[in-house]
Amino acid sequence: MDSLTLDVIVRSISEVGGTVAFIVVGSIILELVLFLIFKVILKSPHTLPIMLLGPAAFGMIVLIIYPLLWELNLSFTNMSLRRFGDKAQYTWIACQAKPENINFWLTDCLFKNYADVFRLPVLKQVYFFPVFFRTVLWTFINMVFHLVGGMIFAILLNQPIRGRGIYRTFLILPWAIPQVIAVLAWRGEFHFEYGFVNLILVRLGLEQINWMTDPFWNFTAMCIVNIWLGIPFMMVILLGGLQSISSDYYEAAEIDGASGLQQFTNITIPLLRPVMTPAIVLGTIWTFNNFNVPFFINQFELETSDILVTALFRAAFQYNRYGFSAAFAFIIFIILLLYSIFYIWISDGLKEVYE
Amino acid sequence: MSVTTDSSNKDNAFQRFFRAKRGHSPFNRMLIHLALIISSIIAIYPVLRVLSVSLRPGDRLLSTSLAIIPSDATLNNYFVVVTEKDFMLWLWNSLAITVSTAIVGVIFSSTSAYAFSRWRFPGRNTGMLFLLATQMIPAAMLMVPIYILAVKLGLLGTYRGLVIAYSVSSIPFSVWILKGYYDTIPRDLEEAALIDGANRIAAFYRIILPLSTPALSVVFLFNFMQAWNDYLLARVLLANSTEIWTWPLGLQALQGQFQTAWGQFAAASIMVMIPVVALFLYSSKYLISGLTAGGVKG
Repeated sequence: MDSLTLDVIVRSISEVGGTVAFIVVGSIILELVLFLIFKVILKSPHTLPIMLLGPAAFGMIVLIIYPLLWELNLSFTNMSLRRFGDKAQYTWIACQAKPENINFWLTDCLFKNYADVFRLPVLKQVYFFPVFFRTVLWTFINMVFHLVGGMIFAILLNQPIRGRGIYRTFLILPWAIPQVIAVLAWRGEFHFEYGFVNLILVRLGLEQINWMTDPFWNFTAMCIVNIWLGIPFMMVILLGGLQSISSDYYEAAEIDGASGLQQFTNITIPLLRPVMTPAIVLGTIWTFNNFNVPFFINQFELETSDILVTALFRAAFQYNRYGFSAAFAFIIFIILLLYSIFYIWISDGLKEVYE
Repeated sequence: MSVTTDSSNKDNAFQRFFRAKRGHSPFNRMLIHLALIISSIIAIYPVLRVLSVSLRPGDRLLSTSLAIIPSDATLNNYFVVVTEKDFMLWLWNSLAITVSTAIVGVIFSSTSAYAFSRWRFPGRNTGMLFLLATQMIPAAMLMVPIYILAVKLGLLGTYRGLVIAYSVSSIPFSVWILKGYYDTIPRDLEEAALIDGANRIAAFYRIILPLSTPALSVVFLFNFMQAWNDYLLARVLLANSTEIWTWPLGLQALQGQFQTAWGQFAAASIMVMIPVVALFLYSSKYLISGLTAGGVKG
């Protein structure tokens, strides 16, 4: 058993201090190199912004771009646990396929892993498309509830009533709690006999529900938890937007005899759009990619509750199909990329970023 | 922020509480309060349940009672977690990793965002789009390459690997928030300083940074929360090194055994929660302006 002793504290402080010193020294060296290249050699007018970006860009290249390229390479290989760590053991599928097994070069050879994602089960039994449609459903349900709930609470909190600060503190709480704790606590509360959800159902005279084993109710449980977790973020964003709208608009509309609903659709929604567009894009991506909630609430690893990211995690780390899951990951990534491009394109939401 | 009180008013607190500053009729106000009270209860009830479980004595963990404070409340679970488990070690590890991550992340993203906000350099738009695109990478996607990278660089099971990985992974979101906020600060302020003979760096340090306190607080908070709450990366990089486990790994191990350690899990959760929630609520006054100032201009 490890415990917290003075030794441990001293050791960890020195290691953390060493890490920070390492980062600082690394950045200084990087800045000097950039300065030499861009100012002294190239005489670039952009030296200062490049130097400001330098350390972050370097970190992103090493920890995001390089792993992405590595993953792209991996997605064309036959790597699995059996071949792990030994470079000679795995190769590009295209290099070693036997001609007699190849019907169509692109899908059987070069993009075999990508094709397999669609034609083989991604886990033991489930295929790609059911998981994909479940993920879309999951994202849609959550986003609708986040937006509607966030909007209702934002409007309520924006009313001139007393005690708003207290209510806001309470309503923000699900966001403030560490997500792992919230999700694990909820998982415990979906226990058949002792969880409060079933206890309340019994008190109301209803049947207990098998939240953990019944596929439908397990999915419902995931949605309940994530809606509970996600509303505060939307609420805070929308409340900030609402508070920035001048009351002059509403007073003018009032004089013109506009109803509450008309004011909402003609003043509130259009003026909230600059805040809502990025929040919706980010919220959708985060929900689509949410790992903690579907992974932990699905305690018995029902394949019927897996969404794409948890299926990806299991394919990679439980079934150890690395090449396959790399291809799977890129497919998920491309789906999200297409969605975002489409949404940003129809809503023109990034205009401001470029101005 | 909080309840506004005007001290000259001699009405009793209840009347004052329910009297609007303007607008609604008393009935509508009651409805609004009712709706907010019910939603507040839904928001905090699961948390109160954790508190309630943590106070139960060991032999009554599996109870069907719905009372918040059990009649035979005891702090025994807290005592056990602090003295007999590795809980303090997990907390310490998390704290050391998280604080250094948040500081490093804020420094690098604040300078990068300044470059994006004030200069038009080649690749700027591509860079901003790239930052947005990184948000679409599924968390599990980079785990295999990062694991292998960590093995090769000898960073597996070290603080260093986690600190570097966390600070980089939170940069994109931080840069977006900060860039939006810097954009709302008029350039005239810096130009005045430049005319007075300050250089760009001094203008950034003396003018932009102090004015951006709300956004910087939000970014610090997000960096902190992200690293503090992360489970996946910690599991991949620290799985076998129990001596530097962070608390999510430890708590999951506790919660795994439902019957035996449920109360201990709850007690540990409450102790992890209190400082984070306090920090979060304290900075929540910056939260709204820091998050949305970039979006709503003018």
